[in-house]
Amino acid sequence: MKVLVAVKRVIDAYVKVRVKSDGSGVETQNVKMSMNPFCEIAVEEAVRLKEAGVATEIVAVSCGPQQSQETIRTALAMGADRGILVQSDEALEPLGIAKLLKAVVDKEQPELVLLGKQAVDNDFGQTGQMLSALLGWSQATYASKIEKADGELTVTREIDGGLETVKVKLPAIVTADLRLNEPRYASLPNIMKAKKKPIDALTPDELGVDVAPRLSVLKVAEPPARQAGVKVGSVAELVDKLKNEAKVI
Amino acid sequence: MSILVYAEHDNASLKPVTLNVVAAAKAIAEKAGGEIHVLVAGSGCGAAAEEAAKIEGVAKVLKADSAEYEAKLAENVAPLLVKLAEGYDYLLAPTTTGGRNVLPRAAALLDVQGISDISGVEDADTFVRPIYAGNALATVQSSDAKKLITVRGTAFDAVAAEGGSATVEEVGAEGDAGLSSFVGQELTKSERPELTSARVIVSGGRGMQSGENFAMLERIADKLGAAVGASRAAVDAGFVPNDYQVGQTGKVVAPELYIAVGISGAIQHLAGMKDSKVIVAINKDEEAPMFQVADYGLVADLFQAVPELEAELDKG
Repeated sequence: MKVLVAVKRVIDAYVKVRVKSDGSGVETQNVKMSMNPFCEIAVEEAVRLKEAGVATEIVAVSCGPQQSQETIRTALAMGADRGILVQSDEALEPLGIAKLLKAVVDKEQPELVLLGKQAVDNDFGQTGQMLSALLGWSQATYASKIEKADGELTVTREIDGGLETVKVKLPAIVTADLRLNEPRYASLPNIMKAKKKPIDALTPDELGVDVAPRLSVLKVAEPPARQAGVKVGSVAELVDKLKNEAKVI
Repeated sequence: MSILVYAEHDNASLKPVTLNVVAAAKAIAEKAGGEIHVLVAGSGCGAAAEEAAKIEGVAKVLKADSAEYEAKLAENVAPLLVKLAEGYDYLLAPTTTGGRNVLPRAAALLDVQGISDISGVEDADTFVRPIYAGNALATVQSSDAKKLITVRGTAFDAVAAEGGSATVEEVGAEGDAGLSSFVGQELTKSERPELTSARVIVSGGRGMQSGENFAMLERIADKLGAAVGASRAAVDAGFVPNDYQVGQTGKVVAPELYIAVGISGAIQHLAGMKDSKVIVAINKDEEAPMFQVADYGLVADLFQAVPELEAELDKG
């Protein structure tokens, strides 16, 4: 089974983001960038499927600026076989990315596409579902466990009330949730090997996809800051404050 | 300019978040005009539809009652939304795993860029949504003719569950897409309120050290009529199930009172609870970031403080 895995370059999840003073966005200059954590989980799952003899080839795809190549290299160092960069300097939205990925899927014909459930920059959480819709495939979002049987996958999903299990026919789209696996760190030999793995470059024009944004960002602002409160000296004082000052119990 | 709200329900009753989504629909209707309709898609969902008809401000309920909607599989529900979207300018769903699963699928079929997790309505086509785990708020304007939106429930005050008298209209089903099937669910059973609608939440983190120790928090929760939540660290460590998780990728909550016990306060966790009205932090590490957002901080060993808190609450 050929597996395609989509990866996104985002501001590192542990960096405290700063809103630009002109309100046009967040500061990205001299900020550490990394692979979106949920994409890492998706890559790890693809590699585990290959190690288990279920996946035959893993193609890592990223849509974004030239530097997204680094993100693809990370996926290659984790164990993906080759990469595809769909280069665009425009800010891409989930619908545009889903259309680009569909065009790549049409060329590559994978049986499974793995994605993260959301990217931690824009927190949209739409790309996987949109890609699935455009392809007319089945979808299993928020996966915490994936098992393959004849022509279908059994996927355990993390839902608001607990866990849900669904069967989806292949070809399928699966989006990774936190507890699907723990991504590995790439070893130095694998990082070196990854430098020799091929990355094809494409553009939205070459794929015939219009990625013009549908949403215009009018303003990006800091959320109202929360003032630090007071330290209390004892449990009795805490309960007193909650009862008589905050009046919440 | 009408608005269709996709109701979250379990066939027997509506999930409370539906009332918050109707509130967001009202905010949009104030700018754009139009009626608010509610779609109840399910199997044997008559009771949920009747409940929806009573919601204040709802003009009509559409009931799609058919076997293929039983498990609310996105592959089956999205075509129904697409068909119904012909008659609406807005389609709204809650930012829950149910809403987030199906709405983008329908949006792509309609060639619309969905707008996720709005926390404010600026104008008929302009909305506010948190990005970067709530560390920034983006104001976005949509150029799509139809708007497909998921709504952050905690950002809109629920409308009244009673007072409306909408008509219930049956709508035809679209059939089973045959792409996926439901196998089963393991839902966490609890007598306590749901996390996303609880007035008080008692949450535990890695500092709890084990799942058994959460019993201490449960006793506090029961005295306060509270829900029990957890940080990602506590869920990853297997102390409690995944549906307890509060944070950027778990549940977003905004109760009157949030008591964080043994939670250091990673930005991803803060993203899920910093809109709570009053925050209490109990942690032995006085450098814990949770203290920076807490209204009341108690630097103490939780294994002493929590039993003391229980005793103190017993005093009445």
